Amino acid sequence: MRKMLTIISNVLRGSASRNGAELVSESSTLRAVLQLLAVQSEYANLTYPHDHDLDPPSLLKDTQPLSPSVEYKALGSGQSSGDSGPHDRPLTDVASSEAIAQKESYVEPVMTSGSSTSEELSMVTLVKERISEREKNIFEKIISPVIDVPPSPALNTGARVVVSARTYADFTPQATFDIKKCDLHKLDEGPPLQAVLSREEGLQYYRTMQTMRRMELKADQLYKQKIIRGFCHLYDGQEACAVGIEAGINLSDHLITAYRAHGYTLTRGGTVREIMAELTGRRGGIAKGKGGSMHMYTKHFYGGNGIVGAQVPLGAGVALACKYLGKNELCVCLYGDGAANQGQIFETYNMASLWKLPCIFICENNKYGMGTSVERAAASTDYYKRGDFIPGLRVDGMDVLCVREATKLAAEHCRSGKGPILMELQTYRYHGHSMSDPGVSYRTRDEIQEVRSKSDPISMLKDRMLSNNMASVEELKEIDVEVRKEIEDAAQFATTDPEPPLDDLCNHIFYNDPPMEVRGTNPWTKLKSVS
Amino acid sequence: MASLRCFLRSGKVFVVPCDICIINSILLLQVTVRDALNQAMDEELERDERVFLLGEEVAQYDGAYKVSRGLWKKYGDKRIIDTPITEMGFAGIAVGAAMAGLRPICEFMTFNFSMQAIDQVINSAAKTYYMSAGLQSVPIVFRGPNGASAGVAAQHSQCFAAWYGHCPGLKVVSPWSAEDARGLLKSAIRDDNPVVFLENELMYGVPFEMSEEVQSKDFLIPIGKAKIERQGTHITLVSHSRMVSLCLDAAAVLAKEGIECEVINMRTIRPLDAEAIETSIMKTNHLVTVEGGWPQFGIGAEILARIMEGPAFNYLDSPAVRVTGVDIPMPYAKILEDNSVPQIKDIIFSIKKTLNV
Repeated sequence: MRKMLTIISNVLRGSASRNGAELVSESSTLRAVLQLLAVQSEYANLTYPHDHDLDPPSLLKDTQPLSPSVEYKALGSGQSSGDSGPHDRPLTDVASSEAIAQKESYVEPVMTSGSSTSEELSMVTLVKERISEREKNIFEKIISPVIDVPPSPALNTGARVVVSARTYADFTPQATFDIKKCDLHKLDEGPPLQAVLSREEGLQYYRTMQTMRRMELKADQLYKQKIIRGFCHLYDGQEACAVGIEAGINLSDHLITAYRAHGYTLTRGGTVREIMAELTGRRGGIAKGKGGSMHMYTKHFYGGNGIVGAQVPLGAGVALACKYLGKNELCVCLYGDGAANQGQIFETYNMASLWKLPCIFICENNKYGMGTSVERAAASTDYYKRGDFIPGLRVDGMDVLCVREATKLAAEHCRSGKGPILMELQTYRYHGHSMSDPGVSYRTRDEIQEVRSKSDPISMLKDRMLSNNMASVEELKEIDVEVRKEIEDAAQFATTDPEPPLDDLCNHIFYNDPPMEVRGTNPWTKLKSVS
Repeated sequence: MASLRCFLRSGKVFVVPCDICIINSILLLQVTVRDALNQAMDEELERDERVFLLGEEVAQYDGAYKVSRGLWKKYGDKRIIDTPITEMGFAGIAVGAAMAGLRPICEFMTFNFSMQAIDQVINSAAKTYYMSAGLQSVPIVFRGPNGASAGVAAQHSQCFAAWYGHCPGLKVVSPWSAEDARGLLKSAIRDDNPVVFLENELMYGVPFEMSEEVQSKDFLIPIGKAKIERQGTHITLVSHSRMVSLCLDAAAVLAKEGIECEVINMRTIRPLDAEAIETSIMKTNHLVTVEGGWPQFGIGAEILARIMEGPAFNYLDSPAVRVTGVDIPMPYAKILEDNSVPQIKDIIFSIKKTLNV
């Protein structure tokens, strides 16, 4: 069957490249062909091993002269003909002939199931008027037996987007978006009102945010199953903050945050596996199971801190080290709206300002400090102004681009030696304060639902990308599938990895010290401790 | 050389009241504890670029107790940092700097003020290496005067040895002599872990002899090892910081009565050198601990518990006892204050009771 379909595709492609026809509308015959092809792709999906390469089709990538960012997927996705923006790659004709040469392998890559369908759809529609009698006969013979196959979702999507004249229509490699203006405090200029997003960046942000979201939801699930215990403060809803901040700084910069730290552990280099295994307290955890939810560390990421507000002076200390060592690095120091009233934070503002430490203070204002709304906790809820002599800006924390641009501005401010700066990110958490808080006693479900529907960071990015032809629905769906798989794998690991060995109980008390004895629970128990 | 200058400036020679005091051709300097600390910090600042000192009045004021005299002039604003009066803030900043690769010395004007910052010392510094399973170390020294001073009353006279000694992840040292101060501070600064360094204000001005060996730039005293300051056979006295002086004085008085006391200078509170104490008890069969802090849940309480749980218990001929500060907040009036802390007569009394003489 595959071979038959291959032949059909070849023919169609050949016709398409020869004719470069305009699209007319679909016919019932066409629909049948579409269904057939959908079936083919599903079949391929089921029977061929998944290729985990993030850039499917990998096989094609190697042989194509095209830039790797261009996908062989959703063609003619929503753009009118003749308006496809700048491209890095050669024209479609060349591309298509190459594709034909690679036909065998082209059918293989299963990740593009949806998109290959749509691609072939466009082929089909393009040549609808040009199909010869002979080809029509072939179609009739093949289509009729399968005419009752219900259309797959990918099929419908593909059909919807098939409008372009081009055979391999492009994605917009980058687009400019308007972002909200930031309120400023003691700053002359805020971040720009427009942000440029490239396709790669968009896909990367999407993937990271989706990974974060799924990871947190999985943690929720595991907690309810009692596989995770103790504290578990979830970050879903606030993904744009972590991803946006990381996009505005480098990995060589430093970051410290409070206990709602899973998202940052991820952006700072932790893997989902390590994070989840730490939550379940296994030896494969990022802190070998000894830290738990609130105490995860990676390079240049200082946790994960349980004591509210204590991380702020620590962050300024890291910034002091950055300045001292002269490496042009800075420290991003995060805290919440609840912590913003802590005395030690004001002590830190004072010293950071006095000594011009390269520190970006960021208040993630998710409107509730545990169960207390900001109005009930703070005499002034303008957290970006609370630094007084420190310049501040208030940023839409649900928009990853807004956060990114603001962070870039803040980083520039610090690196130029002007001292600290303060950012308030207005964001929202969907879950309660922690897993022991349902999150609805101090706020209404309507409120949560409203934010979810109107300001969800992932949806916002997705809509932006789709409406600007920067990605296809299938592509994003694929990312979702991959992410889901990654989380499943990680959860699997986290639940099956063994707990830390008892020998490890007393280790890691001191660094670089000879082994020592530690008293156990009774005088006869002497436990061993190594560094 | 700084020590010699100090000696000449003070213009006096103080003879340590112990039987063995030999001044021969070896260059023995009289160095006060203050100067020993100053020299140790100076040398360590010179040795390692990452070491720096921060605290209230440490720079331009030369130190509230002049311990950091001359350092700011030599090293400047970058290495010697005056902080505002915000303990929690600057202690946190010091810990953060240690996490990011520097080696701060965080001075508390007295350890009483460290209570404001104790969260940073315990939760941010002491526990981090363990919580991160070895990913994040915190090479920091918290130092400052601890315990009773003279006439400073209740809020400025508390001893924190037991408080800090309670926590895993910290090393706690309490030097007595100038040699202790020098060697232990150097070790503390070079240690890759959080060290709480408990000095004593009343000891700052006391000079001690310092041999050439001790004067060397790499003279280190290992943390976790006690020292026997005076050999004895009849009873073991265990003490730390200023109380070691009193124990030696008591021992000198009792020696005239034929009672030979073995005086152990703990040097380190945590990890406690129980072995040294046990070895001594196995020799003398009697134990008295002496401390300036309060009795309940104190240093003496811990030592006695350990001895009871260990092999030395079987060697005790009478119950071990503790000599401690009186269980009250420190009063101000001199007569009251004098009677709130152990005096030589209290130590002698307890020794005689223990020995049943």
